Amino acid sequence: MQFMLLFSRQGKLRLQKWYVPLSDKEKKKITRELVQTVLARKPKMCSFLEWRDLKIVYKRYASLYFCCAIEDQDNELITLEIIHRYVELLDKYFGSVCELDIIFNFEKAYFILDEFLLGGEAQETSKKNVLKAIEQADLLQEVRRLCFLKAFRGQKHFAEQYS
Amino acid sequence: MPAVSKGDGMRGLAVFISDIRNCKSKEAEIKRINKELANIRSKFKGDKALDGYSKKKYVCKLLFIFLLGHDIDFGHMEAVNLLSSNKYTEKQIGYLFISVLVNSNSELIRLINNAIKNDLSSRNPTFMCLALHCIANVGSREMAEAFAGEIPRILVAGDTMDSVKQSAALCLLRLYKTSPDLVLMGEWTSRVVHLLNDQHMGVVTAAISLITCLSQKNPDEFKTCVSLAVSRLSRIVSSASTDLQDYTYYFVPAPWLSCKLLRLLQCYPPPEDGAVKGRLVECLETILNKAQEPPKSKKVQHSNAKNAILFEAISLIIHYDSEPNLLVRACNQLGQFLQHRETNLRYLALESMCTLASSEFSHEAVKTHIETVINALKTERDVSVRQRAADLLYAMCDRSNAKQIVAEMLSYLETADYSIREEMVLKVAILAEKYAVDYSWYVDTILNLIRIAGDYVSEEVWYRVIQIVINRDDVQGYAAKTVFEALQAPACHENMVKVGGYILGEFGNLIAGDPRSSPLVQFNLLHSKFHLCSVPTRALLLSAYIKFINLFPETKSTIQEVLRSDSQIRNSDVELQQRAVEYLKLSSIASTDVLATVLEEMPPFPERESSILAKLKKKKGPGAVSVNELEEGKREGGELNGGGERGGDSSAIASTPSPSADLLGLRTGPPVTAAAPSTGSLLVDVFSEAGVNDDGFLSTQVSKIYNTVLVVFGYFNKKILHIVPLNDLSERELVTINEQTPQGVFVMAPFLKMFRALTCTILLGLGMALLENVDPNPENFVCAGVIQTKAQQVGSLLRLEPNAQAQMYRLTVRSSKDTVSKRLCELLAEQF
Repeated sequence: MQFMLLFSRQGKLRLQKWYVPLSDKEKKKITRELVQTVLARKPKMCSFLEWRDLKIVYKRYASLYFCCAIEDQDNELITLEIIHRYVELLDKYFGSVCELDIIFNFEKAYFILDEFLLGGEAQETSKKNVLKAIEQADLLQEVRRLCFLKAFRGQKHFAEQYS
Repeated sequence: MPAVSKGDGMRGLAVFISDIRNCKSKEAEIKRINKELANIRSKFKGDKALDGYSKKKYVCKLLFIFLLGHDIDFGHMEAVNLLSSNKYTEKQIGYLFISVLVNSNSELIRLINNAIKNDLSSRNPTFMCLALHCIANVGSREMAEAFAGEIPRILVAGDTMDSVKQSAALCLLRLYKTSPDLVLMGEWTSRVVHLLNDQHMGVVTAAISLITCLSQKNPDEFKTCVSLAVSRLSRIVSSASTDLQDYTYYFVPAPWLSCKLLRLLQCYPPPEDGAVKGRLVECLETILNKAQEPPKSKKVQHSNAKNAILFEAISLIIHYDSEPNLLVRACNQLGQFLQHRETNLRYLALESMCTLASSEFSHEAVKTHIETVINALKTERDVSVRQRAADLLYAMCDRSNAKQIVAEMLSYLETADYSIREEMVLKVAILAEKYAVDYSWYVDTILNLIRIAGDYVSEEVWYRVIQIVINRDDVQGYAAKTVFEALQAPACHENMVKVGGYILGEFGNLIAGDPRSSPLVQFNLLHSKFHLCSVPTRALLLSAYIKFINLFPETKSTIQEVLRSDSQIRNSDVELQQRAVEYLKLSSIASTDVLATVLEEMPPFPERESSILAKLKKKKGPGAVSVNELEEGKREGGELNGGGERGGDSSAIASTPSPSADLLGLRTGPPVTAAAPSTGSLLVDVFSEAGVNDDGFLSTQVSKIYNTVLVVFGYFNKKILHIVPLNDLSERELVTINEQTPQGVFVMAPFLKMFRALTCTILLGLGMALLENVDPNPENFVCAGVIQTKAQQVGSLLRLEPNAQAQMYRLTVRSSKDTVSKRLCELLAEQF
């Protein structure tokens, strides 16, 4: 995988993970163009498209688009399931995850991603093991999470919408 | 509500994020961000040392601001400080910051590498993983230098935890991708391969990505992985869905691992060992069988995972290209998917079939689906799927279905998406040429292409049709007639005018007999488009006009009238003006013989690789056009000439016999072989590059060399010079080209320092063609030309080697007769 982008329907970038070295300017350009291209797609279209010399695999979960760029020889369907697995992990961790969770806990989203994918490749495909690793790390922390942060959230939980 | 406590929540950060989200405008957002940046800056610079929690909070805020899209130019030091903290969350944030905001400051890099080294040797698996993740995320050369030696050791050490091994494997992969020279596997190879047998599936999953990449670069060293991979795959495929526990995904056993194993096997040819091969074939058959079984779950995740393995298995079968039974089964399976409800599967089936089409075993099987594919092309709503269908049609095209496929592609082109038109045009052009039995069909197809998608018909395409028409006598009349008819359309594309202008200029005489296409009618038709065209087209048309004067003397006065008009001879474009003036002059003072020689019919083009194929390859990347296709193109291109004797490889350097008759423009002279240059570095062949240059220009030069003689120089497509002296140069003796008398005359003369451009102008002013990229020394000038006397033609080659330091130059002239060389040298020396 070359990179993964998460963005909202308004085109706001919520997460960007780059697995190839690119300058900031290039990243911004790619993001802009790709977001535009994907947002222009209609709902019934297929999840794959060719863009530049890459293959783009994307899927929408509620208000968030998950978009991966893979190389020519990579397997599209398995990438779709990588996206799904990531959503499952987020869902398990946050408990019915929604976009706001990712906005307010963006660093956690990155940490979870790193336990699952590294260097663009799947590292651990057992959901249990990934979550265990993250929870172990969490146990090393001392201060309990302030629960009232949950009050900020009122958005629909997007993980419910995947079928 | 999260089930597990998530540790500290950094309240300040959450408040800040809320503030940003509540900003009503971009300006408000920037204002708030600047306020926060100022705050953080002052805290960082402040007297009080910040505690870990605050540092973490501020660094995280900076990260958030950066991810919003704003530039951050401080905070690295604080982030690096966080790395050395013993608190996991602080380390985590520190690592995240520096892997997102990569900094190239060498001092910082040193500190970062130090922190990483400490964490790697800490024996705390969580810390080690953090460090490894960071290296994998950044993957810089400095990190590779520092850690490429250490990580393999961690990877294969017995006491390394599984989670650390996984991270180490992929970390090493990243380093290998960015700095392959620093990652030396040598002693670790067999241990790494052995990881395929590891008990922990996660370790295998990670290791296999590393092994796949390494095998691609060093297949021999890693070939022991093949049998291990096959047995692993076999165990997974035949396992029940309850065996693999955590690694079963929606009732599919270890889909990611299966796909990766199948990918790894695609790096190698089919296994030689019979037992291994047997097991593998059994595996593949099982996978194909499972596809036919009813699904265990209605969820799309189940079918995606199952089909992912299926498609990867099919890729492997295609890669092996040696088991006809499997290939046919794969083809049938894909055929089923072609009509599947799910768009994704139809898309992938079309894509896979493309590769299948090039295999000789399955090519026929693929062709049976042609109707389905054509239907997809017409009815699919999704443009990406339509495009795949078009690609497949291109791949499955052969003699038997070429006409049908080209027709379908042409009609698709009429409504196709603009972004794909150029590629479609190239493909149609290639197919039409490759499978043309009847070249009039080819001409029709290309002209149709221009009519339908003229804007996207690149130069290579219409150059090619002209090359073919010129090379094939049998289609010239048809081409002239068709082009004439096409031009009559009220709004015809400029490319059509270019093609029409050229063809009528060359072959208009073939249809001039018919009163409907008499010379004057042809001229008026072309001229009616003149003012609508761009400058290059007009230039081409002007050349066509002078050819008309030669072909049809009765049109001379009409055309001269046009050339004489102010809009031509006082045209603001230099090229057009020059051509108008020169053609006008040429038509008035040249005798019919001279005119006929200068404007003689273009000789057939020598064979070369189709530049269209090259352009398509460039567009799509190296994988798009198979080598077979290119070679076939070359072979089939031999038919281009209609079996004429002309031909032969023009790209031969030096001694191979080449049609240097073309080089020197001698249609009447004996075939001349390209002389071996004595210095070995001169390239005699003028046709060094593929592709035809712009039509040609005539340039009238009055040269001091020939005193009062008016000399007309010209060169056309192939840089052939016809130097036509209008006075007899009687002091020249009759010469014949004879390769056994290479002559070099060395002239040393002092000269003032010249600029290259000046030299070029002088050389070009002599009417010789300046050949670029011929001499290995870029300072030198190489020219070629033909001196045509009334009785003879003398070819000559010239090399000028300036030596700036010595303030001298060496001029070498070669032609077949000493006297000619000597005379030329003397004359040219006067110029310098």
